[in-house]
Amino acid sequence: MVESLILSLTVFALATFIGHSVITKVPPTLHTPLMSGTNAISGIVIVGALVAAGMTDSALSQGLATAAVVLATINVVGGFLVTDRMLRMFRRRERPSNNAGNPDGGDR
Amino acid sequence: MTGQDYINLINGSYLIAAILFIVGLMLLRSPATARNGNRLSALAMLIAAGVTLVDRNIVEFEFIIGGVILGSVIGIVLARTVQMTAMPQMVAVFNAFGGGASALLAGSEFIRLADGGDVPEDVGATIMIGTAIGALTLTGSLVAAGKLTGWVTQNPIVFPLRNVVSGLLAVLVIAIAVILVVEPINNELMFAALVGVALLLGVLLVTPIGGADMPVVVALFNSYSGLAGAATGFALDNNILIIAGALVGASGLILTRIMTRAMNRSLANVMFGGFGASGVEVSGVDGEVRPYRSVQAQDAAMMLGYAGSVIFVPGYGLAVAQAQHELRTLADLLQARGVNVKYAIHPVAGRMPGHMNVLLAEADVPYDQLFDLDQINRDFDQTDVAVVVGANDVVNPAARSSEGSPIYGMPILNVEHAGSVIVLKRSMASGFAGIDNDLFYLDRTSMLFGDAKSSVASLVSEIEDL
Repeated sequence: MVESLILSLTVFALATFIGHSVITKVPPTLHTPLMSGTNAISGIVIVGALVAAGMTDSALSQGLATAAVVLATINVVGGFLVTDRMLRMFRRRERPSNNAGNPDGGDR
Repeated sequence: MTGQDYINLINGSYLIAAILFIVGLMLLRSPATARNGNRLSALAMLIAAGVTLVDRNIVEFEFIIGGVILGSVIGIVLARTVQMTAMPQMVAVFNAFGGGASALLAGSEFIRLADGGDVPEDVGATIMIGTAIGALTLTGSLVAAGKLTGWVTQNPIVFPLRNVVSGLLAVLVIAIAVILVVEPINNELMFAALVGVALLLGVLLVTPIGGADMPVVVALFNSYSGLAGAATGFALDNNILIIAGALVGASGLILTRIMTRAMNRSLANVMFGGFGASGVEVSGVDGEVRPYRSVQAQDAAMMLGYAGSVIFVPGYGLAVAQAQHELRTLADLLQARGVNVKYAIHPVAGRMPGHMNVLLAEADVPYDQLFDLDQINRDFDQTDVAVVVGANDVVNPAARSSEGSPIYGMPILNVEHAGSVIVLKRSMASGFAGIDNDLFYLDRTSMLFGDAKSSVASLVSEIEDL
């Protein structure tokens, strides 16, 4: 078992470094969507919860896992949707459409 | 499909999901690609969860389907209905659920293994870590959400020896965890005690922290929810949990560091300092009434309308007054007159990292007009007018000059370098830190008193009449 723990720790350490280098490049303007998006990603425990909830070993164990499925699903579905809602609002300046809506705006 | 084929399928899918998560986060480097990045992460989640459902151990699908449907409905409703101003508490609540899910899953796994009569020590240890971090993330995030909403008092709840009590509880958690690792069988009560103490610890860690420090707390628990997931991944020997958990853990820690740096505080000071408690000393000149200049909207509108360049400095007061849309209208009017308009966003301008940017994006402010502290601080020297709306401490020169000030050392926006400064404010009352702001008394500063929304609206109508 210790071998697999060391293997897991290797994966964890490398993923942390990748996460650090990728996330330092996210501009401050996107920090709120970053937070809600990574939050949705932390709902990945749904993967373990799905398996555990589908086993029949013990009613208590199954009940806890089913509750975990509910919470993790809220986290995943809500997190990705709300992040999308925010990112949809971020727009670049649209010069052509501004001019079209107000052709002589500059002269007033 | 043989057993090995099946394992290869699962692990191959997890590898694809891990790559998609990382690429998705990479795409967050620009607002232009960020939406696709979020979609890739969602796709990764769908792949990982979908493949898991072909697991041979799954025999009962009713609970799973019921749970997924219930969770999806709640998630959709929350995501659709939440106001953008309420985003910090929304994220805090999602954090709580993430932590809670990890704790529940770890608990389920512990009971299953203990029933089977064998909990290897390394698996037991990671289960305990996942349970404890998950449980304290659950209650800590909920208290943080309560403080952000106002359901729990924003003031720090401090009592003597609170840090000692929290420290003892932390030691107790570790002690119980060790007992459970050594003696896992028939020890369910002890496990319940572990959960209970961790839940209590989460509450006690957050109640002494002031409402204004919640951004740091939310970012920190963001990190914890990832770490709890990773710990559960160790217990289940599941790489995708470990990778995703590590990514989230790293992200939360980086955001925490950015926020504490923006406040010039250490994490320890935020967590254990009881900052914002009543009795913070109010510095400044005792009782002396200093002269300041107050202007009417008409005069302020003249300054803005005939300026070459204007920088807006929004603070949370803007969001409280819901004046983002009026401010956008004002900026549009000025731009139509040929004024160069920019926005300067301090990292702590909102109630969570990047919050002000989202609020302005909601009001259709283009993101290429938003600049953070490092990008814009040099521009103030070449700017005709800086307009401060609902911000105070983040533009207080005392942070640079007066060593005794509670905010000394905090990076601030150099608004006083602009040709002239207009401050929109209700009254001369001091900011969160309870200290006077020298900016308000400068010769180049004009105070425009009133509610942010009506002040900006009157500026709009005055400029239309110019």
